[in-house]
Amino acid sequence: MRVHAKRAVALAAGLLLPVTVMADWTMNMSPGVTSTSNQIFSLHMTILWICVAIGVIVFGVMFWSIFAHRKSRGAKPANFHENTVVEVLWTIIPLAILVAMAIPATATLVEMYDTTESDVDIKITGYQWRWQYEYIDDDFSFFSNMSTPRDQIRNRQAKGEHYLLEVDNPLVIPVGKKVRFLLTANDVIHSWWVPAFGVKKDAIPGFINETWTRVDVPGTYRGQCTELCGKDHGFMPVVVKAVPEEEYNEWVAEQREMAEMERQLTEKDWTLDELMERGERAYATACASCHQADGTGLPPAFPALKGSQMALEDMEGHIDIVVNGAPGTAMQAFGNQLSEVDLAAVITYERNAWGNNTGEMVTPKEIFDYKNQQ
Amino acid sequence: MSAVADTHTQDHHHGPAKGISRWLLTTNHKDIGSMYLIFSFAMFLLGGSMAMVIRAELFQPGLQIVEPEFFNQMTTMHGLIMVFGAVMPAFVGLANWMLPLMVGAPDMALPRMNNWSFWLLPCAFLILVSTLFMQGGAPDFGWTFYAPLSTTYGPPSTTFFIFAVHIMGVSSIMGAINVIATILNMRAPGMTLMKMPLFVWTWLITAFLLIAVMPVLAGVVTMMLMDIHFGTSFFDASGGGDPVLFQHVFWFFGHPEVYIMILPAFGAISHIVSAFSRKPLFGYASMVYAVGAIAIMSFMVWAHHMFTVGMPLAGQLFFMYATMLIAVPTGVKVFNWVTTMFRGSLSFEAPMLFSVAFIILFTIGGFSGLMLAIAPADFQYHDTYFVVAHFHYVLVPGAIFGIFASAYFWLPKWTGHMYDETLAKTHFWLSFIGMNLAFFPMHFLGLAGMPRRIPDYALQFTDFNMISSIGAFMFGATQLLFLFIVVKCVKGGKKAPAKPWDGAEGLEWTVPSPAPYHTFSTPPEVK
Amino acid sequence: MADNQTYYVPEQSKWPIVATVGLGVTLYGVASIMVNGKQGESTTGSWIMFMIGALIMAYMLFGWFGAVIRESRAGLYSPQMDRSFRWGMSWFIFSEVMFFAAFFGALFYVRVFVVPWLGGEGDKGSTNMLWEGFQASWPLVNNPDPQAYPGPTEVIGPWGLPLINTILLVTSSFTVTIAHHAMKAGDRAKIKLWLMATIALAVVFMFVQSYEYLHAYRDLDLTLQSGIYGSTFFMLTGFHGAHVFLGTLMLVIMLIRVNKGHFTADNHFGFEAAAWYWHFVDVVWLGLFVFVYVI
Ligand code: HEA
Ligand code: HEA
Ligand code: HEC
Ligand code: CUA
Ligand SMILES: [Cu+2]
Repeated sequence: MRVHAKRAVALAAGLLLPVTVMADWTMNMSPGVTSTSNQIFSLHMTILWICVAIGVIVFGVMFWSIFAHRKSRGAKPANFHENTVVEVLWTIIPLAILVAMAIPATATLVEMYDTTESDVDIKITGYQWRWQYEYIDDDFSFFSNMSTPRDQIRNRQAKGEHYLLEVDNPLVIPVGKKVRFLLTANDVIHSWWVPAFGVKKDAIPGFINETWTRVDVPGTYRGQCTELCGKDHGFMPVVVKAVPEEEYNEWVAEQREMAEMERQLTEKDWTLDELMERGERAYATACASCHQADGTGLPPAFPALKGSQMALEDMEGHIDIVVNGAPGTAMQAFGNQLSEVDLAAVITYERNAWGNNTGEMVTPKEIFDYKNQQ
Repeated sequence: MSAVADTHTQDHHHGPAKGISRWLLTTNHKDIGSMYLIFSFAMFLLGGSMAMVIRAELFQPGLQIVEPEFFNQMTTMHGLIMVFGAVMPAFVGLANWMLPLMVGAPDMALPRMNNWSFWLLPCAFLILVSTLFMQGGAPDFGWTFYAPLSTTYGPPSTTFFIFAVHIMGVSSIMGAINVIATILNMRAPGMTLMKMPLFVWTWLITAFLLIAVMPVLAGVVTMMLMDIHFGTSFFDASGGGDPVLFQHVFWFFGHPEVYIMILPAFGAISHIVSAFSRKPLFGYASMVYAVGAIAIMSFMVWAHHMFTVGMPLAGQLFFMYATMLIAVPTGVKVFNWVTTMFRGSLSFEAPMLFSVAFIILFTIGGFSGLMLAIAPADFQYHDTYFVVAHFHYVLVPGAIFGIFASAYFWLPKWTGHMYDETLAKTHFWLSFIGMNLAFFPMHFLGLAGMPRRIPDYALQFTDFNMISSIGAFMFGATQLLFLFIVVKCVKGGKKAPAKPWDGAEGLEWTVPSPAPYHTFSTPPEVK
Repeated sequence: MADNQTYYVPEQSKWPIVATVGLGVTLYGVASIMVNGKQGESTTGSWIMFMIGALIMAYMLFGWFGAVIRESRAGLYSPQMDRSFRWGMSWFIFSEVMFFAAFFGALFYVRVFVVPWLGGEGDKGSTNMLWEGFQASWPLVNNPDPQAYPGPTEVIGPWGLPLINTILLVTSSFTVTIAHHAMKAGDRAKIKLWLMATIALAVVFMFVQSYEYLHAYRDLDLTLQSGIYGSTFFMLTGFHGAHVFLGTLMLVIMLIRVNKGHFTADNHFGFEAAAWYWHFVDVVWLGLFVFVYVI
């Protein structure tokens, strides 16, 4: 009951005073952890209070009329209908208020647009429905997929603390450095947003948008894709870990090493079982959102792979569509998104899972050759 | 077509035809107005039902009722149906009924075309709604249908959607041409432009906006069609196009469109506030200039919907300043209404209740609009529920309450009966509470970071979503009461005098209630 | 505004509903043709639907305009009615202007912003790293992704056929004006002569235009699919061409009506409307000539 009472009070207060910040109810923008987000926050609060003040005056006069000038209280109507002085006044005063708002807004905007002199450059590419982070200067990249289990979404399992806002590989950036983001997309428009940074920018296929941030407080910051990008638009979180510089450098070194190791894996001799195991994982992160975990797809938008003629017979075609995609459809070219190992694994998996028991496998080397001969 | 043989004097002296042909073949502005209003309400229920699906899914986190792809279809169709099916036709319906009565004309200027404008609408929506049953489902890319989600990645039904939009466009353009011709050409002798009732003024300007921007919408969907079927690359960078081009053209239409959905309400509210304050409208001339200013400015602000697409800085600044400026003329209108009430003799029948709520809540929506206009802040607000809160505050208590207010105000004139005041007041209070409960918490959701157009959300958004859904169900269910009140009023009730509201002014109150099938065969004299 | 008494409010009419059905069936048919065609399914049924719709539309156009003409000739229309038609036609033309404005806007935006950005200039210049080797130019002959959109080998220069077409259309605007003056003077022989001259010019224009299209497709690889240059080029000239066709149709109908003895020196709005439309088509062409071909 206490909860209910509390909610009722909060509701009442909320309806009357939009700005009341209740204890554990997030009702307002957060000031965030960058100078941009702080400036935005203070702009937001300033405009909000100006609007509240204007509202109080305007509605004050109105409620006064409603109470005092009611017909039922015997009010006799006046007959005035013009007054040049007040009309000019209530044109000029709002104009002045607007000018006063525009000045700090302009300053903030100019600063947000200054992407020069960055310390780290990261290229971010939006895919249906995950993000790719490319560390341009350090020559490695990875994908970042939502890691919330489907069972939580389908209410078959209790929801975790960071439900829908957790990923397998977060973006890692150094604290105190100016990080420049180069945003683009591979298919449709996405939008990359981290509220705590005050950064939101659209990722547009074929174009690059620039934006930047400088985070002062280490921590994990969460956001989401904010441009409708199809079916799983709601399941495309952004997670950023801001870490101290030394930690960042270590992490970068580690990533570079791992990228190198991944390249070497191509040379290894793989067995069907190894590929199947790796393929299942790769399939779950890269393909299942469209073709579904059980391979049945969502026809007609996304074809079934289970029992698909291509997956059963046409090996060449199968490799081709996965590597090069089907232009003009949602089927992307995975050739430069996944490593050769993952490509081989995923194709092998699709040819042997869900009753597609062809027994055939493709090796990473074959994929490598296929890509090179093109 | 026996019209040639008839003389016009005969025309004016018979009543409506019998049966279905009355409605299919009519050239009478009152019949056409009624059809528009009925159609619009049907669409409101349909679009509202889709909103109920949205709210039910969002009642709790997790996916429970619908799949994400269907959720997107619901969002899209809800937006499209409400905008093009409910609000716009409702205002055209009001215009059809009231403009000839207000300017003292026997009918609309081009009566046959008027009927065509109407019948194209059910045709367009039949096609639009039929997409729900097509392979691959209905359009699922939002009512703003940004490319390339709607072109390369759209479902097959997109093509049908495009043609439905074309038909709506034809309908709106012809309707608007008719309105302009009626207002400019059919006024009673003595009614100069600056003596026209405000509803007439606002519609004149709305019609101008419609003619200016509906063809642009037709243009942009045509480009989509070419990209989908004929290999052009308007919205594809690999051929030298740009997806953002779509947004520019769309919003060049889209922003004036939102004023199309509010200006006629401004007009109607001006009459109602003045009538129930029993006092002439304050600042008639400045009202007219303000509407004109809003209309002109609305062509220069479109990119405020695109602050995050990466426009050059100069563009951001221009569109920010221009957008903020619109607050000035809109403010003038709000101040004028409040001053009209000031020292009046106020009474609060249903039309007035809806009007007062309109002024307050629309202003709140306007304030959040102003906040959105501040470009740097919009980086945080954009595509969150804060935007959803903004536009539902200007659209639901704005456009929809404006329509309710007008409906109650003019129902006696249309039906000849008074509506049930107690029920109407109940309708108002339930709507008022439900609507605020549904949409106010969306501000908090947006500020706390909930994106729009998502079927599922993080746990910290749970409570407000639940409240919002409860409010939405309450508001929705209440609208059935409105249906009941109107049906009851059409069927019977206290006889309405020619002028049921003692403070009301205008030619429409000089004809009996219900207004005869043909009015003003001879024009009245206006002093 | 004193003559409301004589304002003609037509009887019930079946034309609007026929027109609705016609338009709906036609467009539904067109959409099905496109969708089924794209999916490789049979389009026979869709074509039949489209044909039926088109027939209904044709029937409606004859019937509706026929009715209006009959009413006009029966003297049911007042000067006020005439003004309604004038407002109607003017605003209709304005709506057409806005339709073209959308395409012109697209052209300007692409030329001023998009192509330079893709080529590495201006605010979004870093975009060029996605399109290595792409260079901005206009007319855009090499597209950012030449695989997906092979560009034209050449585009059409302004000083050949387009210039001839410009002269044709400008001349036709004069001839239609002469016909209009003849109308006001009541000189039927002269109207016919100059109206026929106008129509002839229009037909030659359309002929030249088709020849140009053929040349573009056959010899220059300039097609709808050849990137944004081809897209804007065919969109603008194509819709203009469609309007020329419509305008010519109107003029032909006017010629027929003149032959039938319709119109008087001071009551000939149908003719005027067609002439207005013709001038509008002409002005759009001048815009096209300057912005699509010359600059
Ligand atoms: C009826 C419809 C309607 C109306 C009237 C408005 C009115 C306004 N709108 Fe809104 N808007 C929409 C419908 C409408 N809008 C819709 C549907 C969307 C979303 C589309 C989508 O993405 O799906 C949208 C989105 C939208 C955005 C984009 C947000 C985003 O996506 O990030 C912006 C940004 O600037 C904006 C601004 C404004 C402004 C400044 C006004 C102004 O006209 C408001 C002016 C009014 C006032 C300010 C109040 C009264 C004034 C005073 C009392 C005077 C004194 C006041 C001051 C000086 C502060 N609107
Ligand atoms: C005039 C326009 C208008 C109107 C009136 C409304 C009315 C309502 N709208 Fe909406 N809305 C839009 C225009 C409008 N909307 C637009 C343009 C969008 C953006 C779309 C997009 O993102 O592309 C949008 C988006 C939108 C969203 C966001 C969806 C998303 O981002 O995923 C939501 C969520 O709550 C919502 C809710 C509602 C509700 C609860 C109502 C209620 O007011 C509706 C109440 C009416 C009824 C309910 C009908 C009457 C009752 C019955 C039929 C009986 C049945 C009743 C019950 C079962 C209780 N609307
Ligand atoms: C964003 C959605 C999406 C994702 C993610 C996706 N696909 Fe596809 N896939 C499609 C679509 C759409 C098609 C149909 C393409 C067409 O129409 O030719 C398709 C077709 C295919 C086909 C051909 C099926 C047939 O029978 O013709 C194969 C094989 C395939 N995808 C494999 C994969 C693999 C492997 C992955 C992951 C590495 C993957 N897809 C990820 C959307 C997707
Ligand atoms: Cu990606 Cu929304
Ligand atoms: Cu806007």
